[in-house]
Amino acid sequence: MSVSTQPTEAARHRRRRFKVDRDVEEWHGSYVRYDIVKEFTLALIVVLLLTVVASILFSSPDDHPVTLKSWATANPVDFAQTAITELDGTSGTAGYGPPYNSTPGASQDIVGPISLESAFGVHHPINTMKDYVIDPLKTLPNAPAVHAALTSYTSASPSLQQKWTGAYEKGVAKASFSNGSLGLPAGDYGPVAPMIASLTSMARSGALDGALVSSSQFYGTDYTKPLLFIADGTYMANLGAALHLQGGQWGMMNETGSYPGQAWLWLYTMWYQVSPFTTSSNADAQIWGIMMILTLLLALVPFIPGVRSIPRKIGLYRLIWRQHYRSVEVGGAGGSTGPPAPAS
Amino acid sequence: MSADVGTPAPLATGAPAPLPEDAGQWTARIRRRAVGAFPPERLLPDRQPAYVASWIYVFGVLTLTSLAVVALSGAVLALEGPSWWHQSRVGLFVNSTHLWSVELFFFFMVVHLWGKFFMAAWRGRRRATWITGVVSFIVSVGTAFTGYLSQQNFDSQWIGTQAKDGINATGAGAFFNVLNFGQMLMWHILLLPLVLGLIVVVHVLLVRKRGVVPPFPAKTAAAPALAGDVAPAPAATGGEKIGEQQ
Repeated sequence: MSVSTQPTEAARHRRRRFKVDRDVEEWHGSYVRYDIVKEFTLALIVVLLLTVVASILFSSPDDHPVTLKSWATANPVDFAQTAITELDGTSGTAGYGPPYNSTPGASQDIVGPISLESAFGVHHPINTMKDYVIDPLKTLPNAPAVHAALTSYTSASPSLQQKWTGAYEKGVAKASFSNGSLGLPAGDYGPVAPMIASLTSMARSGALDGALVSSSQFYGTDYTKPLLFIADGTYMANLGAALHLQGGQWGMMNETGSYPGQAWLWLYTMWYQVSPFTTSSNADAQIWGIMMILTLLLALVPFIPGVRSIPRKIGLYRLIWRQHYRSVEVGGAGGSTGPPAPAS
Repeated sequence: MSADVGTPAPLATGAPAPLPEDAGQWTARIRRRAVGAFPPERLLPDRQPAYVASWIYVFGVLTLTSLAVVALSGAVLALEGPSWWHQSRVGLFVNSTHLWSVELFFFFMVVHLWGKFFMAAWRGRRRATWITGVVSFIVSVGTAFTGYLSQQNFDSQWIGTQAKDGINATGAGAFFNVLNFGQMLMWHILLLPLVLGLIVVVHVLLVRKRGVVPPFPAKTAAAPALAGDVAPAPAATGGEKIGEQQ
């Protein structure tokens, strides 16, 4: 093998100081045979085999989704406890802020008062009282008692509504469910008790799932409303915790079952396990900010002095190119040995 | 309206040969630049520099081929629609191939990325190659994420309800609703694959254009004096100069 050390014509015109972490020496050493099409074909066969074998051995997870019906059937008390918070506006969704509603002070801030969440406003408006309770109950056919309760509730003063819902919240905390109906301690619940009882029955029948998805059109693909309702309860959260899917369990990158999940999200998920993000009310915004900066830095590594020198200083490249360096430094027969020729 | 350009001698294909005045055509200019930048021996080389001798180089082509399997298995799933694999054993198997090819794709891509990092593969006007590689990784994460959201099972529900807070915190939740199955499916099977495909094509073309990054100077070499931040000569990538054979 031999090496040319003569500067090329182009380089003579562009005399720049050689920076080893930015520039390269033009290769004037030897070449070897390389069948790129054969390499691609063999790699494709290997990947296909690995994929088919893994699919046969491990299949893929497909746990049934939670529905309002399955939730209200499995845990009707939890459903009723959540439904009353949707009615009185104390649920997680009711107080979420943008993009679902305009609850003051609910947005997360990235730094200081900067809140991108607020900047774009309410794009998917959800009024939990109306969307989750009042409107679905209005769709019930042949239910004069429910419609009368709705009229009574909606025409009452806010203070009276609050009195009923407050009493019901306390009562439903001690509720039980038997023979297809909720049992609460005696209390002044007003029309709230028949409303929540009817909503629970509606959910158990499956009608509430349909009402929340098809409220605006026949062909529905937007599950924002039912998913937020379900996520407000503890039923789904308990299922997730049992499957080790909680954020504090590195769950964001996990899947149900023993599957690798989105392992590539490990760095993003890691931040949720460490202080101060474990307790910060702005953790999501702060972690996204950090990840955006880190991603930008990764893309710009070639431009960052010091960082772009890390590979050379660590020296793993000598393992990768060990054959080349062996021939150059021991045999002295190949590769580039003299001052580098400016590449052109 | 067209001018009479005469009747030039036909090419071997039967089409008339180009006339000198055709050189100014947009088509001719683009063709000239494309052929200049990517001559056939550079696009499909049959020689490579002798320093390309490590298993780490295999992970680039493994990433590409696993992406092809991802696209193929996704296309088969698309034939029957998003509910098919929940109701059919064949569908479940195809979905499994989609899942595992994605897992392989990310594994190969991450190894490829770290390999290129430790080779400082951005050297010699290869910074755009590095950047398109990083961008393709990020777009791949988004494509896989929307895939998980489009599964219509408990994983989709859980990931969507957990991820919404992070997405909403950036303000993107106003336009990118992770709880909207229809929207996520469209992003997963059309928009993001389109972007990813384009970036990967650009990335691969840049690899073919700039060639595989040469090693750092050997320890026995004298201190580098002058060199440009420039691409290797065509011979380094196109196989025009065969040199010594190993």
